[in-house]
Amino acid sequence: MKFVDEFREPELVRRTAEEIRRLADPHRHYRLMEVCGGHTHAIYRFGLKDLLPDNIELIHGPGCPVCVLPMGRIDDGLALAMDPNVIFAAFGDMMRVPGASGSPLEHKARGMDVRIVYSPSDALKLARLNPDRHVMFFAIGFETTAPSTALTLMRAKAESIHNFSVFCNHVTIIPAIRAILDSPDMRLDAFIGPGHVSTVIGCRPYEWIVKNEHKPIVVSGFEPLDMLQSIVMLLHQLKKGEARVENQYKRVVPWEGNRAALRAMAEVFQLRPYFEWRGLGFISQSALRVRDEYAEWDAERRFEVPGVRVTDPKAAQCGEVLKGVLKPHQCKLFSRECTPEHPIGALMVSSEGSCAAYYNYEHRKTAMVNIQSSTA
Amino acid sequence: MCLAIPGKIIEISAENPDTAVVDVVSVRRKVDLGLLQDDRPQPGDWVLIHVGFAMSKISEQDAHDQMQTLRILGEAEAAMQEVEGYGLPDASDSDPN
Repeated sequence: MKFVDEFREPELVRRTAEEIRRLADPHRHYRLMEVCGGHTHAIYRFGLKDLLPDNIELIHGPGCPVCVLPMGRIDDGLALAMDPNVIFAAFGDMMRVPGASGSPLEHKARGMDVRIVYSPSDALKLARLNPDRHVMFFAIGFETTAPSTALTLMRAKAESIHNFSVFCNHVTIIPAIRAILDSPDMRLDAFIGPGHVSTVIGCRPYEWIVKNEHKPIVVSGFEPLDMLQSIVMLLHQLKKGEARVENQYKRVVPWEGNRAALRAMAEVFQLRPYFEWRGLGFISQSALRVRDEYAEWDAERRFEVPGVRVTDPKAAQCGEVLKGVLKPHQCKLFSRECTPEHPIGALMVSSEGSCAAYYNYEHRKTAMVNIQSSTA
Repeated sequence: MCLAIPGKIIEISAENPDTAVVDVVSVRRKVDLGLLQDDRPQPGDWVLIHVGFAMSKISEQDAHDQMQTLRILGEAEAAMQEVEGYGLPDASDSDPN
C-alpha cells in the first residue's frame, strides 16, 4: 500500500477502496473492462489491483491506437516514404513499432528520412520549411487525436500547402467496444469508459451499450481516486441491476462532447466501410479516411499503397491480449522473445500498450519478489 | 498518448486568434486553439493540451492535480519532452515565438 501515500487524498483513496470491498458481492466475480490504454497504464502504475478485492477483475481493452494497427499498415506507411524526396513524420510512439521489415527507427538507421513530431501541425510546419520535399504524416489515434489532424488538413488546404499529405490510421472507439461485446470469448459486466476520447465524443455515444447490451459504463478520470470512484459507481449500478452511462470525469468531459472538434472531423474525414484491427479482425465503419474534398492531402491517393496484409508472428498472441482474452503475461512470448528492448508487437512498445505497462510495473515487481524470496 | 498536458494561456497571438503561447511548468510554446473556438480561452485560463492542440478548459486546481497525476504516473518527463518539441525547436526556424 505504500503507493497510496503518494496519491492525492490518500485517506479518501483508502475509504473508497473500503467502500468497494463493502459493495462487492462476495458470491459474484466481476469482470470490468477499462477500454483506454491510459487507464491500463494507470492501473499498473498505481497498483490499483492491490486495492481491489480478488473478485473484481480488470480486463484490458483495445484502447491503444498504435497496438490495434496490423503490421501491414506500418509497412504501407514506410513504403510510401521509400522515395528519398519524402520525409516520414510521426509521433514518437510510432518509432519503435515493428513492421515486417523493421520499425521506423530501424528504417531511419538505414537512411530513410524519418522525423519525430509532437503535433500534426508540426508535420505541416516541416512541409513549409522544406518546400522541395514532400512530408507524409503517419496519423494515428482515436477520436482524441483525429480532430487535430483534421484541423491541420484544413489549414493545409487554406494555405495551399501541396507538399504535405496524411496517411490516415485514425480509428474510432465505439465499434471496437461493439466488437469486444460481440466476441464469443468475452464475458463482461461493465466498462470503465475512456477519459480523453470522451472530451471529444461526449457521453451520448455510449448509450447504445447500456440500451442494447444492458451493461453500465462510467467515463473515468485517470487519478487513482477517479478510477476507484468509477468502480464504486459501477458496483452500485450492478447491485441494482441498472445499466446507465455516468460521467465521473465531469471536470473535463462535457456530456455533449466538443462540437468544434466533431465539426472538424466531419469536414475532413468520413468512415471507411471497414478496417482491419489487430486481434478484432475487420470491423465495419471503425476507421476514418480523408474525404474527397481533401484528396490531394490523402497519402493513400497521392501515392501507391501496397496494401499487403501481414500477419503477426505465429507465436505472438497480440490479438488475444488486445481483446482482453489473455493477460499480457499469459502470452507465450512475454518477457522471453518479446521485451521492451526487443518488441515483437506494438503492445510491448506503445506507452498505452498493456504488455508494456505490465512489463514495466507488474513483471518487475514479481521478479523482485522472486529474487528476494530465493535469496532469503 | 491518452494523457493530456495542463498549461496556462499566456498570450493569444495577435495575427492569429487560433494560436496562443502556453506555459507548461515554465516551458513556453505555441499551441493551436482551433478546437476551442466555440469557447475561446483567455490569457490566465488553463487548458488541457493533446498533441499541440488545446482540448478543453480546466480549473487551475485541476491543472495542478493533472500535473501531479502525470508525475506519479511517470509520464511527466514524456509530457515535457512533448511540449518542448512543439514548434520544431530544432528546425531551421527555431524561434519558439
